[in-house]
Amino acid sequence: MKPLDPRLLRRARAARAFLAASAVSGLVTTGLIVAQAVLLADVLAGAFAGRTAAALTPSLLALLAIAAARAAVAWAAEALAHRSAAAVKTRLRRDLAAHALRLGPGRRAGGGPGELAVLASRGLDALDAYFARYLPQLVLACLVPVAVLAVTVRADPLSALVIALTLPLVPIFMILVGLHTRARTERQWLLLERLGGHFLDVVEGLATLKVFGRAKAQAAVIGDITAAHRRATMRTLRVAFLSAFVLELLATLAVAVVAVEVGLRLLGGGIDYRTALLVLLLAPEAYLPLRNVGAQYHASLEGVTAAERVLDVLDAPVPEGLATGEGPARPSLANVTVRYPDRDRPALSDVTLDLRDGERLVVTGPSGAGKSTLLALLLRFVEPSEGTTGFGHVPAEQWRRGVSWVPQQPHLFDASVADNIRLGAPDADDAAVCRAAHLAGAAAFIEELPQGYATPVGERGARLSSGQRQRLALARAFLRDAPLLLLDEPTAHLDGGTAREIRDTVERLMAGRTVVLVTHDHTWTRAADRVAELRDGRLTVHEPLAVPA
Amino acid sequence: MTTPSVRLLAYARPMRGRLALAALAGAGTTLAGIALLGTSGFLLARAAEHPSVTALTVAVVAVRALGIGRGVLRYAERLVSHDAAFRVLGDLRVRVYRRLERLAPAGLGRFRSGDLLARLVSDVDATQDLFLRGVLPPVAAALAGGATVAACAFLLAPAAGVLAVGLLVAGVVVPWTTAVLARRAAHRASAARGTLSARTVDVFTGVADLTAFGAQDRALAALDAAEADLAAHTRRNAFAQAVGAGLAVLTSGATVWGVLVLGVAAVEDGTLGRVPLAALALTALAAFEAVAPLPAAAARLAETAAAARRITGVLDTPEPVREPVLPLPAPERPVTLRLRGMSARYAADGPWAIRDLDLDLTPGRRVALVGASGAGKSTVAAVLLRFLDAERGSVTLNGRDLADYASDDVRAVVGGCPQDPHVFDSTVRENLRLAHPTATDDDLRRAAADARLLPWIESLPQGWDTPVGAHGARMSGGERQRLALARALLADPAVLVLDEPTAHLDPAARTALTADLLRATRDRTVLLITHDLTGLDQVDEIVVLDRGRVVQHGPHDALDRHDGPYLHLTR
Repeated sequence: MKPLDPRLLRRARAARAFLAASAVSGLVTTGLIVAQAVLLADVLAGAFAGRTAAALTPSLLALLAIAAARAAVAWAAEALAHRSAAAVKTRLRRDLAAHALRLGPGRRAGGGPGELAVLASRGLDALDAYFARYLPQLVLACLVPVAVLAVTVRADPLSALVIALTLPLVPIFMILVGLHTRARTERQWLLLERLGGHFLDVVEGLATLKVFGRAKAQAAVIGDITAAHRRATMRTLRVAFLSAFVLELLATLAVAVVAVEVGLRLLGGGIDYRTALLVLLLAPEAYLPLRNVGAQYHASLEGVTAAERVLDVLDAPVPEGLATGEGPARPSLANVTVRYPDRDRPALSDVTLDLRDGERLVVTGPSGAGKSTLLALLLRFVEPSEGTTGFGHVPAEQWRRGVSWVPQQPHLFDASVADNIRLGAPDADDAAVCRAAHLAGAAAFIEELPQGYATPVGERGARLSSGQRQRLALARAFLRDAPLLLLDEPTAHLDGGTAREIRDTVERLMAGRTVVLVTHDHTWTRAADRVAELRDGRLTVHEPLAVPA
Repeated sequence: MTTPSVRLLAYARPMRGRLALAALAGAGTTLAGIALLGTSGFLLARAAEHPSVTALTVAVVAVRALGIGRGVLRYAERLVSHDAAFRVLGDLRVRVYRRLERLAPAGLGRFRSGDLLARLVSDVDATQDLFLRGVLPPVAAALAGGATVAACAFLLAPAAGVLAVGLLVAGVVVPWTTAVLARRAAHRASAARGTLSARTVDVFTGVADLTAFGAQDRALAALDAAEADLAAHTRRNAFAQAVGAGLAVLTSGATVWGVLVLGVAAVEDGTLGRVPLAALALTALAAFEAVAPLPAAAARLAETAAAARRITGVLDTPEPVREPVLPLPAPERPVTLRLRGMSARYAADGPWAIRDLDLDLTPGRRVALVGASGAGKSTVAAVLLRFLDAERGSVTLNGRDLADYASDDVRAVVGGCPQDPHVFDSTVRENLRLAHPTATDDDLRRAAADARLLPWIESLPQGWDTPVGAHGARMSGGERQRLALARALLADPAVLVLDEPTAHLDPAARTALTADLLRATRDRTVLLITHDLTGLDQVDEIVVLDRGRVVQHGPHDALDRHDGPYLHLTR
């Protein structure tokens, strides 16, 4: 693990600025620490030598000023850390969102959409502690020991030697103990996580366990497993905590050695009291930031991991679309095969299809036969691995302007009902939105909502039933008013009555458009001009029979 | 007032010896550090008076001992506290599990979604932090701080007073103020934060819709606006939130200064020796180490309070089933279930889920319960499996009130598969065997064959020992449902209650599974709950439910002939 990813500094200006500011505040703090030690030694040695309080007043006042100055620096540094963390998070979140949108739905941007959403929101919050606690301490851990050594070496070279010899041992021992225990510790945490997983698994399966009379016995199992894991974990921790032991031991023992060594020389007159005090006051300060960095290890780990994951995703290349040809675009496919990188069999193989203007094509087939891939191809979410399309030569954005899509499970955005309908036609006025809602049969329930068309739909449309969500998706399509209409299982997931009503609306929407409707519900074939069947990625188009008049 | 966190603390009572030891070790660690500097100050000041070496022996030994002791104490503290926290966690897991076991599934209405249940489980795990980082540090700090102030009081009482005030401010007032300011800032920014999180989720999970409708730029602009809004809050609040960090430094600096001023004046007027002055000043300087972890502890306590509230919320949820004080002896086979005018609901003041239901399940009879989602079908299953008590009417098993049997005894004869059967993160064999732990391999094969799962199992490279992944992720929906059916057949209860055994399947798979299921359950007593109406001509009776009431019942042939709700559903 790198304590600071250089990619983070390259990408986020705020991170660079913060590092520079931390260096400045670290330098000031270091200076104030040294000055405080000098003044404290002055006052104590002065009082020891019998000087009066009045004579020590200037030093005492200076000490008070230093306390105030240190407080001010601490305050400013922390505030800066909050702002910088917010700025860096904003930058990374925005870049991640833009990246995911550039990649489009056909490709996975380093994890599922839910995973990325969590990473972009809660995951990045780990950067707060990283910026506020870890980085400033890291800067201090580089500066303070050097300053302490510089001052002590002039005051008392022997003590400086003791500090210089023990100080490097702290990181060295931590790394040694860390290397020895890391693999075991990680395995243990993994086991612990799995144990948490087991508990969740059992709790989620409670109804099943109860049906088979196995639920009560699981309580003892959970207790036993937790206890066994506790014992195993403690065995590992006994070694892992050695790093804490070594850290404390080195830091305090070094101070103790300095104190005794200085004290004995003071006794022999080899050093004066003020210098001895100064050395004693400075010695612990050299170890303090190192200890703090160690204590913030987890905060740093989480922050660094989250940032690294975002940066890894962002480093993945975005393939450029090839759009070079000329001539009008047509919804046609010629010998098209689509392969996904993680699957052996092609999702579509050798598909040829030419849609006639204004015809309704219903594509049926079992799940996994390639129905969704066919639509994704027509939406330009995926590109053919082999074969050509009649629309591949125009830019995807331009092609999609003539396409309207009613997905199986439409995504409703955390915005008003009207804005959700406007998704495909941002400039439509309120009257047009109302008209589309009427056509989609959505007007009645929208008008009953507390704020009508201005009602927020809640996250992912949580306030609406699945039938209502489907109607909003249909209203989107009515408003979009595109010549090519793609429908994906428009009535699956709906109960009988609702499905029947939606079906009438879909019929209305299809009028006058070129339609591709994919479904495994064969009753839709009644509404089709042509019917096609998809099986294992192969498309068979049935030409219509001559219907007797 | 008993807050949820305090109630969880009470559960740690069996561990109080270990926890006290951990707190003592923690306080000892801190005290060793403070005493090291104080004693060193004394050592230097005394040495500066040039006495004989023997006068320093005690101080020298003490300094060395403290130097070593601190490391040893820290190590002991880490070990003891982690051990105790793990033990408390284990206890709490079992306690919460026992409670959930009583509540599941009908009493867990609020936790129906997997997300909430997952959060509850992580809440339980979070109580580890409640002890390690929330409770032990303040206790250790109070002990160490108190001991330090007491030691200083021997040297100079007014200085000890200043130190006590300083420690209280830095240890209590500052963390509290910081926590309040942080909460206030979070509250002010909560709307902006909510909008931002919703829009972030929208962008990532709505990529397809945004791309299809060319709305990517608008979504990014909306995200930017939300970001800008939250950033403005952060900028405004940053300096207020950082006040805690500044105040902590200021308090320790001012306290040391106050102790020093009092000490110097006391040396001047002779009430304090010049050697103890050094010890006093350096002790005060080191004393603030005791309170350093407290702001983090306060934040941790605030975080775990929400988790504790959710856990006690579960522990306080009323049980959906009343267990009899003196249960009847376990029922014997064959089993007849009779429902008369049965009504049930999930909350005492909630809407009725099922009303006035009459139903007879006599040996060998197969009844199908059909209706749209929300019609109350699963509630009937919950009542028969004794997951939920009927509120009105009567439910009898072999002529005796169902509620007079222990619910575990009822489920020994009334079984099947609940709605959304759970597949455990284990092997195929273990998942099936849980229905009947003493079953032989032949029994397992027979049940799997009846559910038509055997060909799939035998096609797997690892066969019966194949791990199926969390939630059976490595199985298809049809295989999961067939596994659930095989379990029900293996358990072989007198009455089989099958709740939506074909849910989440496509029509072809549904038809195939229904056919297999009806073939496998011939001559058994079955209540089949479904919204899939294929093949129901084979059952003895069909009961059609609509919004909690029976709207039609009779055999398929009779229902199929009348224009009624049943025909309406099949159309």
